[in-house]
Amino acid sequence: MSDLVRLLNVFCLLSLMAVGGGTAVLPQMQHEAVGENHWVTETQFATIYSLGQMAPGPNMSMVVLIGWQAAGVAGLLVTLVAFYLPSSFLAYGCSYAWDYFKDNPWREAVQRGMAPITIGLMLAGVHAVGKTACINPSHSLHHNLVTAGIGLAVTVILFAKHINPALLMLVGGIVGWFFLRGN
Amino acid sequence: MLSAPNSAPTAGAIFMAFARIGVTSFGGGLIAYLQDAIVTQKKWMNEEEFLAALEIGQTLPGGNAVNVSIIAGRKLAGPVGAIAAASGLLLPGIVLLVVLGLLYQRFHHNPDIAAGLAGVAAAAVGLLLQVTLKIGAKQFLHLRDLAFVLVTFVLVAFFHTSLPVILFLVAPVAIALCRPPKKTTHE
Repeated sequence: MSDLVRLLNVFCLLSLMAVGGGTAVLPQMQHEAVGENHWVTETQFATIYSLGQMAPGPNMSMVVLIGWQAAGVAGLLVTLVAFYLPSSFLAYGCSYAWDYFKDNPWREAVQRGMAPITIGLMLAGVHAVGKTACINPSHSLHHNLVTAGIGLAVTVILFAKHINPALLMLVGGIVGWFFLRGN
Repeated sequence: MLSAPNSAPTAGAIFMAFARIGVTSFGGGLIAYLQDAIVTQKKWMNEEEFLAALEIGQTLPGGNAVNVSIIAGRKLAGPVGAIAAASGLLLPGIVLLVVLGLLYQRFHHNPDIAAGLAGVAAAAVGLLLQVTLKIGAKQFLHLRDLAFVLVTFVLVAFFHTSLPVILFLVAPVAIALCRPPKKTTHE
């Protein structure tokens, strides 16, 4: 029961703090889910995040798997509602009030000022999942070379060519299987 | 009743249109899918209305695509429309995630599966890095913005500063530096 209340608290707050999209709260989410509440391990968190990238729909729906791992089906439902309902209420309400703020000069100041912070938070998100999934001291050098290589290759390929990222995730899985299955 | 036009779609039609996006949008890029369905195919909104919805969706917290679907759904059929749109967008992916989660629970001790999942997780980091670099390109080239990017990154990644601290201490400074110029006294 207390886990459900914690899930509700944590994901409602994350929902309202997700300025610039859900990815910005990734470091904080990892901190809460792994460090504070021990709902998932660091490796599970990185895996769950990658499953979210593979599935269709909004990537951050992967939060439901954290809730599920923490408190079963009830946890899944609580997390789903907690993560999407507060921000949805806000969007619903603000689409009424938007015309008031449309020409307010502070609106642009907020957007311009928040943009670099969102990018900094996203970079911290890369660091949060990357230190588990790509460069991880508790794995062998061979393992790290393979995972860092896959990550970098995906980054470079996506800059060079317009490929569906879900396809690249699958290819990453095949490459990982090929080079890491003996380990 | 809401002042919806006569041709307003039913909640069922809204749900189906958004669920189609929820099923097919593998690999992200949801905004493009939404625009194609709402503006081009269904003609439920014109380009300008869609861009206004997108602007609200991006300014407010929460997933951009979910916010846009809430706003579009509201315009089409009020609260019921908003619920239909967002649940259509979300449910297919969540069902698939639950299936993937079940498979993960069952097979993650299998060395072949574990090796494959390690590869998928590594690839996901590469994708996140690319998206971050791409949408941050403008900020990286602007010295003051770059400073805020780096301060935020270092505080969160290495000093484990929590998000509320960033939003209440760092963000106001950044916003104040971008504040609108004072209006001239001449009207």
